Amino acid sequence: MTDTTQAAASESDQETSIYDELPDAPPKKKLKLTWTGKLGVIVVAFWVIIAVIGPWIAPYDQAEILDMDSYLPPGAEIDSGGTHWLGSDNNERDILSRVLWGARMTVGISFFATLLAYLMGVTAGIAAAVKKGWIDMILSRINDAILSLPTIMLGLLIVVALGSSIPILIGTAAIIYASSVYRIARAYGQEIMVMDYVESAQARGETIWWIIFREVLPNAAMPLATDFGLRLVFVVLFISSLSFLGLGIQPPNADWGSMVRGNLEAMQYAEGWGILAPIWPALAIASFTIAINLIVDDISAKSGGDLAKKMI
Amino acid sequence: MSELFEIDNLQIQARKEDGTPIPIVKGVSFNVKAGQVVALIGESGSGKSTISMATMAYCRPGLEFPGGEVRLHGKDVLSMDPQDQRSIRGNKVAYLAQSAAATFNPAITIGEQVTEAAVLHGTLTQEEANRRAVALYHALELPDPERLGRRYPHQVSGGQLQRLMAAMALVSSPDLLVLDEPTTALDVTTQIEVLKAFKKVIQEEGSAAIYVTHDLAVVAQVADHIVVLYSGEVQEQGPTEQIINNPKHPYTKRLMAAVKPTPKAGMGEKLDEEHSRDIPNIEVKNMTAGYGGIVNGKPVITVLRDINVKIKNSHVVGVIGESGCGKSTLARVIAGLLPAAKGEVFLDGKKLEADLKHRSAEELQKVQFVYQMADTALNPRQMISDILGRPIEFYRGIKGKERREEVAKLLRLVELPVEFENRYPSELSGGQKQRVNLARALAAKPEIMLCDEVTSALDSIVSSNVIKLLKKLRDETGVSFVFISHDLSTVGSFADEIVVLYAGRVVEQGPVDHVLAPPYHPYTRLLISSVPELRVGWLEETMQKREMAVGIARGVEITDTGCPFYNRCPIAIDGTCNLETAPTQEPHPDHFISCHRSMEEIEAAENAPQQVLHGFEKADPDGDKAAKAH
Repeated sequence: MTDTTQAAASESDQETSIYDELPDAPPKKKLKLTWTGKLGVIVVAFWVIIAVIGPWIAPYDQAEILDMDSYLPPGAEIDSGGTHWLGSDNNERDILSRVLWGARMTVGISFFATLLAYLMGVTAGIAAAVKKGWIDMILSRINDAILSLPTIMLGLLIVVALGSSIPILIGTAAIIYASSVYRIARAYGQEIMVMDYVESAQARGETIWWIIFREVLPNAAMPLATDFGLRLVFVVLFISSLSFLGLGIQPPNADWGSMVRGNLEAMQYAEGWGILAPIWPALAIASFTIAINLIVDDISAKSGGDLAKKMI
Repeated sequence: MSELFEIDNLQIQARKEDGTPIPIVKGVSFNVKAGQVVALIGESGSGKSTISMATMAYCRPGLEFPGGEVRLHGKDVLSMDPQDQRSIRGNKVAYLAQSAAATFNPAITIGEQVTEAAVLHGTLTQEEANRRAVALYHALELPDPERLGRRYPHQVSGGQLQRLMAAMALVSSPDLLVLDEPTTALDVTTQIEVLKAFKKVIQEEGSAAIYVTHDLAVVAQVADHIVVLYSGEVQEQGPTEQIINNPKHPYTKRLMAAVKPTPKAGMGEKLDEEHSRDIPNIEVKNMTAGYGGIVNGKPVITVLRDINVKIKNSHVVGVIGESGCGKSTLARVIAGLLPAAKGEVFLDGKKLEADLKHRSAEELQKVQFVYQMADTALNPRQMISDILGRPIEFYRGIKGKERREEVAKLLRLVELPVEFENRYPSELSGGQKQRVNLARALAAKPEIMLCDEVTSALDSIVSSNVIKLLKKLRDETGVSFVFISHDLSTVGSFADEIVVLYAGRVVEQGPVDHVLAPPYHPYTRLLISSVPELRVGWLEETMQKREMAVGIARGVEITDTGCPFYNRCPIAIDGTCNLETAPTQEPHPDHFISCHRSMEEIEAAENAPQQVLHGFEKADPDGDKAAKAH
């Protein structure tokens, strides 16, 4: 009796085994950028390359005084031969050369400052999320204090007190922006810490380092990387603002922000197309920051706008 | 005369990145007559929800309608302009989503949300809508209908919220009601309460309905006509009687095979006693646990009270009870995830520390916890080879090539292809993920696995496959299992012993054959009666039963004194059951029932189920709820 039922069961098993379990959902799409995102990648790549090779391809040194007249229009001949492709600046230097040299300062300093901000912010944020309790409390209150101060005021204060040098600039920007990175890292960290797979790792007896590096960080990496791009833009603008106020990169080093400030008078005094002198570095800042935003927007849209909710 | 609602050769497709279409729904046709309930049945991924949303000319972003028609009163809604489609949605066609908890806005009163659509569409004024809503609350047998509208969603139970969603859909008197898996996430007892209300209100309102589910036994209770779907195609359709009693298509037969049997004695498989040792694998003694910290030696919120449970070697112990009874809490205490406030847990006769942080690696290895939701239990950024390889390496120190071999062995054990080691969890189906979830616990070579509702989130076919796998694992590995479920028939077919938890207390425990045979604890009786049977008319018959009349009307309440089941028990003794803790009786060796009634009285009540036995009546505070047969 049982044999026949079993035989019947196995028969019906065979008959129906063609109906496999259906997949839950179509496989996730790979990240694919739209044309605006691709444009962003091209422009960012361009400036990164310039930051590396700029000084070699620049026709003149950034500090070299070439003429007797300032604010020469684009295409003007240089007395000693050669051409100012983008005109000359307030101190008779070649703007094209200075934009190319300045890429290294602006892009480089911003990149390292953001990297440092991430190092500090993510470390503290994940530590707060994982350890909870009083560690979270202390870190979060310190962070709130920093967040409550206006960024430019705080930056001015530090730079005025300690003097302006490249390491100080990087450190200042890093501290200021680490506070917002901390918020995001902590929010993601807390969200991941309550997932069952983290509890499962804790129940297995894994160390805190395994949980941070293998369970939490890989899941926070993508949103944090997207935010990195956006944060970089803020730092570019911050360094440029400080330079504009005369407290950032010091002359004769070229940097886009100080170039805008130095050449602002051209708007009033220059003749003909010489008035474009402050426009070129401004365009460089705009193109770099907008390009990064295009990439970030694209990735953020792909992640379903989840990122936008957490950004401060 | 055209039908009320027709779907004619409906096609829905997605597109790959290069623009090639992927068909999701491949030419589906069926009709719904006025007053008829049509069930769409199939497993997840079969396109049933996609079709149900197409009734309102809606599809998820990324999908499109390349062909076919959806006609309401003979007019195609797919080709209407968006303004006209809008006037249909929530008005002529109303949609009930699966999760009421996710549908209601927690910050707005129930009344406002229930009446919103009708007022928005201008079919009713706010006052008319309010009156209509109250009438619907009455029809759906919701408590305190006059004032219910002023409450917020968190102030009512899950089953009540599910019924309120039906009220929300019905307020504007729609021609067609679309119900998408409205009872899938509910307990068996809550499911009956909701099904009964749905059925009544659909009959009274005379509206047509499309009922989407994967559970044939549920369909048999509510539908007039069944459409069986697989992979976006209709496999078979016909009247309910015909599909249930005489299925033609092999896929329908397979669905039938996945329907859970009625729990009864002898349904489990007998296990030889060879493996058994004298010392139980796990023993829980006088354990009390809860949440919110411990004040004066008692948890702020006590969930479990004085629990005593033994799990013998290579045995499967099923833990059942409705949500809120403390099933998961019990497993979490054993695993050390939630330290107990009082009492001890022993592993092979050795006392375990309450908090897993103080347990040794060996102890952690022996007790493995399997989570309900594989989606959140598996790290989405780790490949299957890492998910399974890590416990192997961590507990057993196996690395490199041997680790890979072990992973392959595990994958074969849970009947997955070895190539899956290079996949991420998101690339697997729900059932496959659950298999990986089980394999990870097995990777530790445990002595005991705590499975927390591992089949509850899966649809019937996938869940029956997982149960098959669990039986195989039990036989091949000799691991003991604690199998937690709210589904008595799943537990009955797999377990050796059953522990029935109610409101944090063990009300009955013992071997399956004793627990599933009279005398039953009244709560066990209620759970057994609540498992839907695959036949038309079961729901009506069951609702006639006495234990249903009292048991279904109320939910789980944790009480400090007396028997917690008092207010849902048909044979409760007023003045005793609500005041004194029930004594534990042992009708068979190792079979315990906690009840004030003697075994003879329980059996007498069992044999005369439709009559109120002398002295069995009790004062009922709500009066109208527990109408008893006289």
